[in-house]
Amino acid sequence: MLAYILRRLLYAVPILIGVNVITFALFFIVNTPDDMARMQLGVKRVTAEAVAAWKSERGYDKPLFVNTAATGTGRVTDTIFFTQSARMFAGDFGRAEDGRDIGHEIQSRMGPSLAIAVPTFVLGLLASISLALLLAFFRATALDFWGVVLCVAAMSVSGLFYIIGGQFLISKVWKLVPISGYAGGLDAWKFLLLPVFIGVVSGLGASTRWYRTIFLEEIGKDYVRTARAKGLPETLILFRHVLRNAMIPILTGVVAVIPLLFMGSLLTESFFGIPGLGSYTIDAINSQDFAVVRAMVFIGSALYIVGLLLTDLSYALVDPRIRFDR
Amino acid sequence: MNVLPVILWSDALVWLMALAALVLGLLSRRQPPLAAAWRRVGRSRPGMAAATVVAVFVVVGLLDSLHYRPALDTPAAGASAAPAYAIETLSVLDALAVPLRLRGEKTYSAPLATHAFAKETQEIRAADGSVQQVRDFPRLRFGGAHLLREEAPAEATDGDTANANAGVSRRTADPSATTDASPVSSAMAPSALPATSAMSEKAAALAAARQYDISRRVGVAVLSALIVWAGVVVWVVQLLARRESLAFAEVGRRLWRGETVFAWRAVLLTLAAIALVVAPMLALAGDYHVFGTDKVGQDVFYQVLKSVRTALVIGLVTTLTTLPLAIFFGLAAGYFRGWIDDLIQYLYTTLNSIPGVLLIAAAVLMMQVLIDTHPQWFATAAERADLRLLALCFILGLTSWTGLARLLRGEAMKLRELEFVQAAQSFGVSDLRIIARHILPNVMHIVVIALVMDFSSLVLAEAVLSYVGIGVDPTMISFGTMINNARLELAREPAVWWSLAAAFTFMVALVLAANLLADAVRDAFDARLVGSS
Repeated sequence: MLAYILRRLLYAVPILIGVNVITFALFFIVNTPDDMARMQLGVKRVTAEAVAAWKSERGYDKPLFVNTAATGTGRVTDTIFFTQSARMFAGDFGRAEDGRDIGHEIQSRMGPSLAIAVPTFVLGLLASISLALLLAFFRATALDFWGVVLCVAAMSVSGLFYIIGGQFLISKVWKLVPISGYAGGLDAWKFLLLPVFIGVVSGLGASTRWYRTIFLEEIGKDYVRTARAKGLPETLILFRHVLRNAMIPILTGVVAVIPLLFMGSLLTESFFGIPGLGSYTIDAINSQDFAVVRAMVFIGSALYIVGLLLTDLSYALVDPRIRFDR
Repeated sequence: MNVLPVILWSDALVWLMALAALVLGLLSRRQPPLAAAWRRVGRSRPGMAAATVVAVFVVVGLLDSLHYRPALDTPAAGASAAPAYAIETLSVLDALAVPLRLRGEKTYSAPLATHAFAKETQEIRAADGSVQQVRDFPRLRFGGAHLLREEAPAEATDGDTANANAGVSRRTADPSATTDASPVSSAMAPSALPATSAMSEKAAALAAARQYDISRRVGVAVLSALIVWAGVVVWVVQLLARRESLAFAEVGRRLWRGETVFAWRAVLLTLAAIALVVAPMLALAGDYHVFGTDKVGQDVFYQVLKSVRTALVIGLVTTLTTLPLAIFFGLAAGYFRGWIDDLIQYLYTTLNSIPGVLLIAAAVLMMQVLIDTHPQWFATAAERADLRLLALCFILGLTSWTGLARLLRGEAMKLRELEFVQAAQSFGVSDLRIIARHILPNVMHIVVIALVMDFSSLVLAEAVLSYVGIGVDPTMISFGTMINNARLELAREPAVWWSLAAAFTFMVALVLAANLLADAVRDAFDARLVGSS
């Protein structure tokens, strides 16, 4: 088991390097630092000196991969690739355009992101599993049919509309909760209600339908037929046998998402004015802050790889048929 | 009219996709399993109803994909001079929707309104030449402008020149209106009641006229839609009767009961529903703003129509990037195994591990820098926006091929162990040929399913990306830019709801239809499901 985890962790290293190279290529080779400087400084009042100053301020004036001017290890370390990309492995993300330290910013924004993402995730999972069980229990009835139709209709609505409509109805017309904003500490709850609720509702259609298929697939298996032949009541079969076995594909599918909860949700956070990582990313995209976008890409892929690892481990934990000692 | 045809890259690709779909349809007729699968799709009632809706959207999108630049009138230049073309790139849809495109108001107006949404200070000239300032809702320039035109004299002249030179239809009536007021208001003026009561009376008359006009148009439209639809039904029944050499009444009865093999009843009923919705809209669109106007006074109905093409391009052209990558890498990894498999798996795990939105953001930002630093590449703004759209499709395709590739890899791994592939191998058939002749045809059903399933998620993705600011060019009309421009309008008091409502309705219609069609296609093509039912 330990050896397996170690092997998977080692496997993650080339992937992270690959991600780093791809983002580096996107940000520094497709467009030269000169282009970025002109973009940031504005096209009109740009002089060669200003561009040079902008570049040296950020260390973008070095060669890309190999510094022929330097000696020793400096040939590799005194380059843009090393100073901008490789240091991310050490958790150093540099500074944003406004001069703030990106690593510090990420730390302070993680809390609000998690405060939204975790309840949304847990409640959403519970709600959609319950609904899917309900549909599976009443399978091949009118309830099931219209439930699925409703699910398809719900997943055809863009997430933007859930947010805009929810804000309009609940905050503006009914005035139940504040429309947007955030407060630190325990006061945050009333700002969290609406985004969590909308997050749960907007994900309900797709996930309910997906879990229903998993349940139905499980219901078609032989052990269910055996249980019925034994004379077990249908509810018992559904809750004791089907639910437990269906949890394997559900859990393993869900586990991969957990690390990405740290990233926050772009849409929810920006609509509700929550100072999390999602809105940080959006702001960075809008102000074309390449350093922040690069840092978020790196963190996102690291979390994704953790998710892959967790998926493999969760297979082993919930399904005794899978062994890793090969 | 003298025009310069313009073929934008996305136009070419959209028509290419349409052509490819046609060719694929004809080819699959000769392949019994595929043909059988398509027949199963044809039998699915929700699937065919959805397909009808999608087809209507596709027609709108294809009309909007034929672009041209109209010639400018250059009276000074001689006939020998080369004709000058407008900088504006129009499409056939634009030409058909001239009243929608050109009849802009000043700012917001509600659906089917005759008056603007916000009050404005207007000067009203009474009979004695005194000028009164009144704050009221001004008449719209075009929305319902034909109503009560003869007796709509004491009209707002708020001194703004745009209003004066745009009101083409009203200009003839205007001089008389400014010199002497209407008989109603001059009669009322001496009395204690100011002009307001006369105005409210006139407003009531206008409202009544508007209501009458709208209900008359809707009635006529519904009636003619039903007549045309009945004609289509008769035509279909006749066609079927001739093909199956049955009596007209017999075919009609079968169709009525939904017993035809092809789900004709679903198609015809959907057509009826579409006709009943669309015909009144078209009848009203000429003189009203069916969905109101937006902040800059542009007709929302026009925006919705234009959004359809953007959504289709995103949904269809993206697959042009996805398919080759997924098929090539997926099949190669599954068939060759070994280090090729490792390499390809590494490639797609790496790409997959970059959060999609961020990869798209990074790529689009870079693309934008590239576009901004090379303005000389583009002759018109439309070409620039088009390139950004294509770049977006390309990037979306780059981030979304991995799922299909993984599926195809698994399938190819299974297929290479089967007897017919091993037989081909022992005959010395080359690997490339085996993949092309023996593996690819056997995974086509997965490709078709993935194609239709991706479409709706891509359309939804476009809206989100445009909201984030990394979607299509801000000047290009799409559902995303519509929502983005309108997202704060509900917060106004009173709320401006129509832009969002129109975008919502059309987007849901398109995506829901695509989802239902995708379900039908999946059910028909998925061998596992077909075997079980």
